[in-house]
Amino acid sequence: MIAIDEAPSDGRRAATLSAETREQWSMFGLALPALLIVGFLVFLPVGWLFGLSLVADGQPSLVHYRRLLEPAYLSIFTQTFQISFQVTAMALLLGYPLAYLLSQIPRKVAGLLMICVMLPFWTSILVRTYAWMVLLQRRGIINGWLIDLGLIDRPLSLVNNYTGTVIGMLHVMLPFMILPLYSALVKVDTSLMRAASNLGATPMRAFFTVFLPLSMPGVIAGTLLVFVLCLGFYVTPALLGGGRVIMVSMKIQQNAAMYFDWGAASALGVVLLAATALLFWVISRVTRIERLFGGS
Amino acid sequence: MALPPASETQISHLGRLWLYLLAALVLIFLVAPVFVVVPMSFSDERYLSFPPESYGLRWYRNYFASLEWTQATVTSFKVALLVTLLATPLGVAAAYGLYRSTLKFSNTVSLLLISPLIVPVIIIAIGVFYLYARLNLVNTVPGIVLAHTILALPFVMVTTTSGLQQFDDQLERAAQSLGASRWMAVLTVTLPQLRGSIVSGALFAFITSFDEVVISVFIAGGENMTLPRRMFSGLRDQVDPTIAAISSMLIGLSILLLGLAVAFGRNSD
Repeated sequence: MIAIDEAPSDGRRAATLSAETREQWSMFGLALPALLIVGFLVFLPVGWLFGLSLVADGQPSLVHYRRLLEPAYLSIFTQTFQISFQVTAMALLLGYPLAYLLSQIPRKVAGLLMICVMLPFWTSILVRTYAWMVLLQRRGIINGWLIDLGLIDRPLSLVNNYTGTVIGMLHVMLPFMILPLYSALVKVDTSLMRAASNLGATPMRAFFTVFLPLSMPGVIAGTLLVFVLCLGFYVTPALLGGGRVIMVSMKIQQNAAMYFDWGAASALGVVLLAATALLFWVISRVTRIERLFGGS
Repeated sequence: MALPPASETQISHLGRLWLYLLAALVLIFLVAPVFVVVPMSFSDERYLSFPPESYGLRWYRNYFASLEWTQATVTSFKVALLVTLLATPLGVAAAYGLYRSTLKFSNTVSLLLISPLIVPVIIIAIGVFYLYARLNLVNTVPGIVLAHTILALPFVMVTTTSGLQQFDDQLERAAQSLGASRWMAVLTVTLPQLRGSIVSGALFAFITSFDEVVISVFIAGGENMTLPRRMFSGLRDQVDPTIAAISSMLIGLSILLLGLAVAFGRNSD
């Protein structure tokens, strides 16, 4: 009796289960074409390069990695870290006040001002780099103003060097700092600030003991994101560095496209990728990755 | 009439004047450089200076007269259009499928699909270059389109997913209970609701491809040289003032696309 009672219901459950599984898989199937292209063009070649980085003259070898410890490479790593660190620090110092103000004013006004933040985002990086070349050159506007104001006698060299690279990169990175900061700052409950102030805190004290700590997830997300984007940055240092600045990405390009030294290019790429993956793993502990790029 | 205090801590607007000034300076820093090139592009001189001493359309004429520049522009438009047509359906399908699927690994798969946003482009570029050299795809339109598609996909996925999060799933179920098949419901109810997100994803896909530099440096040369690739070489060697004219037109394009994205985004709310 029991067996007869249970059999059909088990069968029905199996049928609905398999229908649901089928549904699940057909939903998943929608992602397959995209996955195929990304797998073929990103993961396959990256895996291939990883293999190449471990082989020299047809033998398994760590020689490409050992070479990265030579002074020439170490100075590239140092320079890359130094620039990334400086740009990130400056982006935070400039981005936080703006993001803070945007989070405190009416949403409509903030939305309009946000368009100003988004516009550079939508403008070709080459256009922005070109603009900085023009602004910063020896007889450019910035030098002209500084001389007119009597701050300097002779034009400063602001471009084709370290300074130009940092300024150009800061301009590109600032929106990547402001967006995650803003989305974290608008979520901070401002009634807590009123509470702090009612309890006698000065505005400064209320900000530093209440608001700032609550905004830390945004600060961490923005800082790490900008830092990691700086590490792999190519276009701006290549154009504004004037050959005096060599970052990791530029060395990778050189090794691959000029010397066809795939072992060296791959080893450097693997190190860069590992650093990137590690930092993004840390970011993913703080916030959802998609959110950084405008998703919710 | 007195202004209300600027914040919950009763600070006055005057008290945070420094904050307004600093924020204004940062906004100027962000926006002004973009617009500096516009007046310069209308210079009529051999060497660009700011502000120009005489105005004219010299560099625009130069651009339209140059086969090299116009051909590169046509290639870029063609590539970007194909990328949009490829990346939008693929990205929307993937985003919808992964949003609905509760399989354990679907989260991992969506992370894999947006990874091109995270992996430094230079690494993708040398990988694609290495692969294409073996497949004879270097400097071909299909090759460039495929490579740009992987960069554009994540943007389509991110915008579509955020659209889906605001979408009321009940509507799709209601359509099904009224007799529509699953796919009919998706096509006639869900997708139209996501219009704004999909359009801004598509616009992002277009501009991503149209402005792409790093991968193009490796695989978009020869007769299929894209506009950014030619500009990059131009800026590295000796700066041709024609680039000022091109830059101004690119700024116009950016404003147009951003305006469209904002307009469609508002419509979908």
